[in-house]
Amino acid sequence: MGKHNTPMLDELEKGPWPSFVSDIKQQADKGKHILKEAPNDLLGIMEMSYVDKVTHWKHGGIVGVFGYGGGIIGRYCDQPQMFPGVAHFHTVRVNQPSSKYYTSDYLRKLCDLWERHGSGLTNMHGSTGDIVFLGTTTDHLEPLFYELTHDLNQDLGGSGSNLRTPECCLGMSRCQFACYDTEETCHQMTNAYQEELHRPAFPYKFKFKFDGCPNGCVASIARSDMSVIGTWRDDIRIDQAAVKAYVGGELKPNAGAHSSRDWGKFDIQAEVINRCPTECMCYGDGKLEINNAECVRCMHCLNVMPRALRIGEDRGASVLFGAKAPILEGAQMSTLTVPFMKMEAPFDELKELVEKVWDWWMEEGKNRERLGELIQRKSMQEFLRVIELDPDPRMVDEPRSNPYIFWKEEEVEGGWTRDIDAYRKKHLR
Amino acid sequence: MTEDEAKKAILENLQGKSKTKSKFYLKDFYSMVPDMKPREIKNIVNKMVQEGHLEYWSSGSTTLIGLKGMGKQHQEED
Repeated sequence: MGKHNTPMLDELEKGPWPSFVSDIKQQADKGKHILKEAPNDLLGIMEMSYVDKVTHWKHGGIVGVFGYGGGIIGRYCDQPQMFPGVAHFHTVRVNQPSSKYYTSDYLRKLCDLWERHGSGLTNMHGSTGDIVFLGTTTDHLEPLFYELTHDLNQDLGGSGSNLRTPECCLGMSRCQFACYDTEETCHQMTNAYQEELHRPAFPYKFKFKFDGCPNGCVASIARSDMSVIGTWRDDIRIDQAAVKAYVGGELKPNAGAHSSRDWGKFDIQAEVINRCPTECMCYGDGKLEINNAECVRCMHCLNVMPRALRIGEDRGASVLFGAKAPILEGAQMSTLTVPFMKMEAPFDELKELVEKVWDWWMEEGKNRERLGELIQRKSMQEFLRVIELDPDPRMVDEPRSNPYIFWKEEEVEGGWTRDIDAYRKKHLR
Repeated sequence: MTEDEAKKAILENLQGKSKTKSKFYLKDFYSMVPDMKPREIKNIVNKMVQEGHLEYWSSGSTTLIGLKGMGKQHQEED
């Protein structure tokens, strides 16, 4: 048994799944971490929270590293005498490499660094993508930061009212669906906005996420204030011979995924054509046809028959704004704002766009108001005016659900004035 | 208004409110220097932190800023 009796946590070690409780116990027994009592006391305070059904953490503080207004989150427990190992238990967010690629050697160095300066406990990765170091004391923060930046050439991520650590999918490094180089974009945008990442600039958090295609592997449409989602302007490329090979059973649908069950013979009509949300496909006489103008990039047909269907060649991205989690008024998906933008370094068009958005949000946003909430409060029309874009039917999700776009008086011939007598001649009361 | 005048206005404003409030949102600083744009004020405030006049307080999701040494300090946070 460990330092504390933890019967409720021990339950979480049962069953076939990996258990974070086992991981913490392993670190407590075998870890070389400098804060010796931290893992055991963490288990102790968690057990207490499970029994009491309330948290025993106090969040927030003035702790940080010099000149940075983000990346470190102060955390303290409210039972320091009982659990001295977690009396101070600050979180450190480390900016992950694009697509979370690193060598095992680099990971070992990160873990060694964290054992020299903290609890040795990590969260790989936080929901914004950061490498999260869990639990250290204030005196370790500056030495940790120095070694992280000087020896490992890595930086802290974002927290607080800052730009949060930008995140991207695997993109062109692994994926045939990538419509632009998400890793390059993420890297360039991270470097361009270091000031916004490390020093508070905004009314609240702001997130960029870069998805290479509408499959959305980093879920940018659901979680980021600015979602950049790869798309194409021309037609889906069709290899008719490969379509026939799928129909004939020579090629496995979904690249062999979901093959642990017998789903029967591949049925292109049932599994592809009938599942198209805009009914823009048909298959007859051994030929697949797509009405590309109606395609909404749901990606289903490309995912099912990746050898037969490929993304178009005129590629770029759609830019959407305003997603957020459900703190106020429920979760919100981001709204399509720029239907298509070429995504090429140095990404000036994207930078110009986001800077206009930031200027408006900094000026008009209330404290702790996300961009999506500001757009809702001030209207989509006002948002488009500020970023100097004309309304476009593609911005409307479905009729009468999006905020209306109204004409302005100067846009209408004759303005709002009318001859009531002339009107009444044609329209009797 | 020059940068030095803006810094002075910010310090005077914060000192005037220090009895009732020790931490402020970045937006609260805009009204202390009405002649400047939010981005310029943001840069000045962040500079004042680096110069040691102000300090950040972060909840993890939101950042507040106050006069250095005012309000709850590290020793009292635990």
